[in-house]
Amino acid sequence: MKLIVNGDERELGVRDLAEALSALDYDDAIVATAVNGDFVPARARAATALSEGDRIEIVSPRQGG
Amino acid sequence: MELYGVEIDSRLLLGTAQYPSPAILADAVRASGAGILTVSLRRESGRLREGQDFWGLIAGLNVKVLPNTAGCHSVKEAVTTAQMAREVFGTNWLKLEVIGDADTLQPDVFGLVEAARILTEDGFEVFPYTTEDLVVAERLIEAGCKVLMPWGAPIGTGMGLNNVYGLRSLRAHFPDVPLVVDAGIGKPSHAAAAMELGYDAVLLNTAVAKAGDPVAMAGAFKLAVEAGRTAYLADPIEPRDMAAPSTPVFGRASLA
Repeated sequence: MKLIVNGDERELGVRDLAEALSALDYDDAIVATAVNGDFVPARARAATALSEGDRIEIVSPRQGG
Repeated sequence: MELYGVEIDSRLLLGTAQYPSPAILADAVRASGAGILTVSLRRESGRLREGQDFWGLIAGLNVKVLPNTAGCHSVKEAVTTAQMAREVFGTNWLKLEVIGDADTLQPDVFGLVEAARILTEDGFEVFPYTTEDLVVAERLIEAGCKVLMPWGAPIGTGMGLNNVYGLRSLRAHFPDVPLVVDAGIGKPSHAAAAMELGYDAVLLNTAVAKAGDPVAMAGAFKLAVEAGRTAYLADPIEPRDMAAPSTPVFGRASLA
């Protein structure tokens, strides 16, 4: 299905957020996630079903002031 | 200095952005003696993984991290960013920014108070980036903030303390709340001035990161913060209009 990952349109054959992270090669990365603007804790990713057009944000530590 | 029950040795908080290289960032942190570093969250690519290396560098510096919500313009964005930061950085501490104006990066103080309340109720320990407005400060305290971080001047401007009167009033109004001047500091003398006003600490980033020699500047800020704090505790004299001779008048030879 079509998903928006960090602003880019991606075609992924996945059912939930955990599968999406795997498919996108984030398996062992330290990241936090949100779907459609809502935080999804790491423990809830497998139980978070995705739908066509969902907006996924995947973020990690970065320089900040 | 105690912030949310944690004893911190240094009164300098340092940002981690805009340094010429990761090595210079690490050296500047060490030279500054900072006990708290601000960090942020940004989009990560599964392939490039920039965040993983950065987090490794920060974790190796053995200081506390204060994640920010930089760039958030709404309460919703700030709250979601805070929740993501708590999971990734493993801390309840949060530098809360809700930006209201793109040119001045002035806080949206209405959104700030609302987000501070939501996050405090959710267990966060909020360090709000605010203005020097007394009434907003009261609202932030009511919302559960136990530290306040008024701006000295807009972020990145290096103008120093734009409203010394306002900052002095805030200090007098909240004698027991840790106050940190955050943003706008350009030179060590600005940091010393904030500390001489009785501020508990200063938070800066650009002034060090964009200096010609960031490591030397970090050291200069360390000295300035210490000098300003020592001066405050030493009870500075009040300025006066009339001159007063410092050399005793009594016993002066009559030579006229």
